[in-house]
Amino acid sequence: MHPPRLELRHVTKRFGAVVANDGVALTVEPGQIHAVLGENGAGKSTLMKIIYGAVHPDAGEMLWDGRPARIESPHQARELGIAMVFQHFSLFETLSVAENIWLGLSRRIPLPRVASDITSKALEYGLELDPARTVYTLSVGERQRVEIVRALLTNPRLLILDEPTSVLTPQAVEKLFATLRQLASTGCSILYISHKLDEIRSLCHRCTVLRAGRVAGVCDPTVETTATLSRLMIGADPPRLERRAPHPGAVALQVSGLSLPRIDRFGVALEEVSLEVREGEVVGIAGVSGNGQQELLAALSGEDPRAEATSIHLFGAAIGRNGVRARRRLGLHFVPEERLGRGAVPGLSLAHNLLLTRREAVRGPGWIDGRFLAGQARSIIDRFRVATPGPRTPARSLSGGNLQKYIVGREIDAVPRVLVVAQPTWGVDVGATAQIRSELVALRDAGCAVLVVSEDLDELFEITDRLYVIARGRLSPSVPTASATVEQMGEWMSGLWARPGASASGASA
Amino acid sequence: MMLLSPVVALAVTVGVAAVLFAVLGKDPGRGLEALLIEPFSGLQRVTELGLKTTPLILCSVGLALCYRSNVWNIGAEGQFLFGAIGAGGLAMWVTMHGMAVSQWGFFPFVIVFGALAGAAWAAVPALLKDRFHANEILVSLMLVYVANLFLSWLMFGPWKDPKGWNFPQTVSFSADTTVPRIFSGYRLNWGFAVALLAAFLAWIFLFRTLRGLQLEVGGPAPAAARYAGFSARSALWTTMLTSGALCGVAGAFEAVGPMGQLTPHVSTGYGFTAIIVAFVGRLNPLGCVLGSVLLGIFLMGGEQAQYAVRTPAALSGVFQGVLLIALLACDTFIQYRLRWDRLRAAVPPEGAGA
Repeated sequence: MHPPRLELRHVTKRFGAVVANDGVALTVEPGQIHAVLGENGAGKSTLMKIIYGAVHPDAGEMLWDGRPARIESPHQARELGIAMVFQHFSLFETLSVAENIWLGLSRRIPLPRVASDITSKALEYGLELDPARTVYTLSVGERQRVEIVRALLTNPRLLILDEPTSVLTPQAVEKLFATLRQLASTGCSILYISHKLDEIRSLCHRCTVLRAGRVAGVCDPTVETTATLSRLMIGADPPRLERRAPHPGAVALQVSGLSLPRIDRFGVALEEVSLEVREGEVVGIAGVSGNGQQELLAALSGEDPRAEATSIHLFGAAIGRNGVRARRRLGLHFVPEERLGRGAVPGLSLAHNLLLTRREAVRGPGWIDGRFLAGQARSIIDRFRVATPGPRTPARSLSGGNLQKYIVGREIDAVPRVLVVAQPTWGVDVGATAQIRSELVALRDAGCAVLVVSEDLDELFEITDRLYVIARGRLSPSVPTASATVEQMGEWMSGLWARPGASASGASA
Repeated sequence: MMLLSPVVALAVTVGVAAVLFAVLGKDPGRGLEALLIEPFSGLQRVTELGLKTTPLILCSVGLALCYRSNVWNIGAEGQFLFGAIGAGGLAMWVTMHGMAVSQWGFFPFVIVFGALAGAAWAAVPALLKDRFHANEILVSLMLVYVANLFLSWLMFGPWKDPKGWNFPQTVSFSADTTVPRIFSGYRLNWGFAVALLAAFLAWIFLFRTLRGLQLEVGGPAPAAARYAGFSARSALWTTMLTSGALCGVAGAFEAVGPMGQLTPHVSTGYGFTAIIVAFVGRLNPLGCVLGSVLLGIFLMGGEQAQYAVRTPAALSGVFQGVLLIALLACDTFIQYRLRWDRLRAAVPPEGAGA
């Protein structure tokens, strides 16, 4: 028999007083798709970084193909045939896709060949990717595709994927899974990090569950249920979202016939987008990233005030040309997809970050009441259970999930009349996800109109009352979430919905 | 860590200075004494140091505001010259018309005319950037040379002292127009106090008001500023006009202060030195005060060293340059780690055979 492709024994890693990994054992066979399951902070990422050579363990040993190995650097890991797709991307914004991938490869390969390799590899796995596009114009989902193709180009023997499906359509997830199964059948081992239980159950052969840095169990996910896996992972039953039937009121936000030309050649033009959100309902917009979500959100928030004044109405007022602050004064609040750099300023304290959208602590002509501001931040930190030393902590030192809780909390605490949220739980752990979702539903129950733009269909099915789909800058008609199916949404995400009065033109090339 | 960086940079500069003195065949101990200690020996020198520090504080505080909000005003020197022209022109007019003014009565006019002239000159790059997206670095820098030539034209032409034996300079301003002095017998004037006050007010503005916060967001996080609805245009105009006004006041204090007249050489590069000061001061107005004192010491000490150990006049400029480069290097090494092995590892091992 073959020895295991990778075996870890008693791996321990401490960061100061925190034990990230405590005597962790892990065995991955050749051709096995092995899930590593755990909440954020359970030690998954540290373990993967140890395998990838980016972090050095304090104790423990590692065997590669049955032989002891010490992986000192990612470079060495790549030489062994280990490739990794990180959750946080390491791409240069101003370079093209091909140039980014080229940078990680041997310099002797000419750039045009890298570009053609990318195209053929992307085609082979059904991933849509234009090597000539500049990274800064790509959405989060598209950037992830770059990382996946980059990893596949090295023909790895062990591929590590850190939460790769968060931004894919159901069909694309299926495609990716087919790819991964195909890859595994050729003998490549796959380490699949996730906290999505049903994905693990449908894809993986074996599952190691981490909790608080230790192995909580090793099991065969195909015979476990979602509930048993979840209990292993959290140590308790998963939180349930309580929700009552919606009571939609008056129209709060109305978009009618909004068309916007694209800003640059990589942008998406909006065509005749019409939607409405009523008070007391959560409306979702599904779609694969890069189909006009960014453009629509900027037009709604006022960051892009090019729209016709009458194409966007807020409580009957035409606001298409109003600026961000004018709309906020009318009760429209917005949580953007990018947390650091847009939703929050990295170097500013949490308290000062309140001042981006909140003015309660501003006195007279513009004095900042520091004490009031700190108290305000403190109350949001407490109410939304943000794990942080305090209001003076800079935003950049918070984990993604915690910062998201704080930013969502900042906007919910403002008691908005309309809340527009992009990717509310991207990269956020199970506990925080449940909390953010229940806060959004609670906001709806309080009469707020909530619009959620997300690439996570499960999330939209869980919290929305009505669903639209955006594809290539056009918006589908809406369907009540209760009567929508994953298959239908998936088709619509490809732009295939029957347009009223023009049923034949739906599939126009 | 980032606050320690200027200290390390200073140590490096002093070390380089010692080596330079030694290489030039001078006694490093004597040289360093002249450079760093002598500016503090006696009230005469300390007040002169204060006088040198004044324009540096004013200019660097304005530049710190600009740089914090990602507005790269490199033209402080030109705004300084226009401030000198504005206030100097007024003093000249008053002197030539024999108007009776009191020193304290005229002082506010010096400030206002200097500020307006400097702000007007800074408004040019601001307008071009706002209207045509012209790069403010290039425009403000080029306007320094325009300001210089304009000043020369005034000195050689319309503003030349008719009884000045054809020297390119204005009349000597009447003593009543000059900035009042703090101690009689020493040249240090109340402009120094104005500079300290300006630094303090700028600090309050930056860290205690919403407008200040808005400036600070626009620089490092333009997307967050757009999201918040903070106007980038308003940040551009606020910082450019403020820094132009502060640089203008600095020029005014120089012309209608120790100079007592306008000449083509009213500035000795204060506007450029202030760029170094702003970074040494960590773009913090109060830090800029400390940075100004430090660079003031270098300016004065450089002159002292010329007398004491007969070093070339250019040495002071060399020290300024070394300080800035050391500072930038310190910042880089604090934020990044240099790893030589990466360079070797990047070459694929099989590449040796190819």
